[in-house]
Amino acid sequence: MQFNSFSDFIDMGGYGFYVWLSFGATAVILTLLLISSKAGHQQIINQIAKRKQREDKLRQARALRKQQNEQQSDQQNKALNEVTE
Amino acid sequence: MTLKAQSAQETEEVAAMNDSNKLVHSKLDNSTLENSALDTYSLESKTQPTLQLSYRHAFMLVLKRDLLIAMRHKDDIINPLLFFVIVITLFPLGIGPEAQTLSRIAPGIIWVAALLATLLSLDRLFKSDHLDGSLEQMLLSPHPIFLLVLAKIFAHWLITGLPLILIAPLLAVLLHLDENSYTALILTLLLGTPVLSLLGAVGVALTVGIKKGGVLLSLLVLPLYIPVLIFATSAIDTAALGLPYSGQLAIIAALFFGSLTLAPFAVGAALKVSTN
Amino acid sequence: MWKWLHPYANPEVAYHFTNKVLPWLSALAAIFLSIGLVWALVFAPADYQQGHSFRIFYVHVPAASLSMGIYFAMAIAAFSSLVWQLKLADASAAAMAPVGAAFTAIALITGAAWGKPMWGTWWIWDARLTSELILLFLYLGVIALHNAFEDKNLAGKAAGILTLVGVVNIPIIKYSVDWWNTLHQGSTVSKLGKPSMSLDMLWPFIFSFIGFSLLVGVIICLRFRNEILARNSIRPWVRNLVQEHTTK
Repeated sequence: MQFNSFSDFIDMGGYGFYVWLSFGATAVILTLLLISSKAGHQQIINQIAKRKQREDKLRQARALRKQQNEQQSDQQNKALNEVTE
Repeated sequence: MTLKAQSAQETEEVAAMNDSNKLVHSKLDNSTLENSALDTYSLESKTQPTLQLSYRHAFMLVLKRDLLIAMRHKDDIINPLLFFVIVITLFPLGIGPEAQTLSRIAPGIIWVAALLATLLSLDRLFKSDHLDGSLEQMLLSPHPIFLLVLAKIFAHWLITGLPLILIAPLLAVLLHLDENSYTALILTLLLGTPVLSLLGAVGVALTVGIKKGGVLLSLLVLPLYIPVLIFATSAIDTAALGLPYSGQLAIIAALFFGSLTLAPFAVGAALKVSTN
Repeated sequence: MWKWLHPYANPEVAYHFTNKVLPWLSALAAIFLSIGLVWALVFAPADYQQGHSFRIFYVHVPAASLSMGIYFAMAIAAFSSLVWQLKLADASAAAMAPVGAAFTAIALITGAAWGKPMWGTWWIWDARLTSELILLFLYLGVIALHNAFEDKNLAGKAAGILTLVGVVNIPIIKYSVDWWNTLHQGSTVSKLGKPSMSLDMLWPFIFSFIGFSLLVGVIICLRFRNEILARNSIRPWVRNLVQEHTTK
């Protein structure tokens, strides 16, 4: 133990400001980097999920429209058949 | 290399301010991942397109739109800032690291670098709007152009001028700027960078329609910047001697208020010419 | 000889491998960093010349070495991507750039904070600090270029070319800055050379260096995962993964 008391530790023999500025800046930068990397993971997952949702919706809408078109053409065919009979 | 285009929905919001001429843009932003965030951004006036917006509302709309676009393309903020830092770093490498020499020329270096960095960033003020037609929409809107132009210039200053002001003291340390000059540096930048944005906007408005208008822009705008440069560096030098510099600050403030009230008119007229 | 590495060129395999490795790497990093930093701050002796400010050495030197090391790793990744068309190398280079830039910034800030009590000035244009500043610009340039492209593949190629040009330039820049510095030999001479260290200073240095290296590994792994997901978002394995995550 190089220091006699906690206040000595903070003071760092007069160099306290500089030592804690260095360690503090390091801690802040690394923490921000870690947080951004972790948050990025969640963000990307959310974005991919949303895109998947949008594509699913588009696919559903397209399928629905196709179904409706088929129904329509079925009905038209039936009507035609009735007329020709 | 594909350029990042502004999203169609953003330009539609601008069109919503206009009663007539709802231009439908089919050009979509290439990055679909970005678009997902837009789904939640809704505009009040879209529901009532015939309602006249108040001046304040129109101003805030254009301001928010420009800030949103800048947030989406953070490169627009970071690149001019990086340019500022690198240019300032080049001077000691070219002149030598002697502290006395550097501190003598530091105010000039910082201000010239600020001029050049602002010049670089001016292009984004009207260029992309002009390319996708939303600039014309704004000019056709019933709201006074003064207002819309002022909003865009304010957004531009927030994006380029303000970061410049925040980072300049750190760079002044690199150049061994005299301790007494720091306040003067920040004050002159605070008063001067809006003038740079305002006068620069006049230049960009004149050259927005011209292809390869970049160098022409510098020729137009740099002479306009000279008074600001002279008085700002004079103020900082005077501060280093410990003398009062409120006179120089007052003149820069006069330039600021003058350009604040008059430049938007010039910009409006220039835009009308350019979008012919 | 390298056949055993080949499966890891598959993004899915690489993703799951990274996930497996991450907890161990994080635990090791935490252990080494806490031992190293506590030792450096509390138990290491003060320098007889520089007093307790010497403790900054234990963050400054690892950060500076790592900043250079990460750039060289990025250059190797860029080379692999351009020569052998390894798509994952692109992703790893993109993951490394912000970490390298952060450590360069840490080296500069801690260097300035150390310089103020030692030389009386926050900044001095000596060869080492100037080279470090230029390295920061190189990193930021690579990051800016990467962000300017929409298509990540193109972005990776462009950033890769820039990285390789940069890595060739680094010795040239170092040499010219050294030469510039000898021309303008200022009144102060850099005292920040690697001092001949006694053992009770060497051990905390080793521990914190290893700790920071492992932390670099952790952060790069985290960002590497994100890059893989972003670049392979249409693949079914990614879609299933996302499904699992969102239904959790």
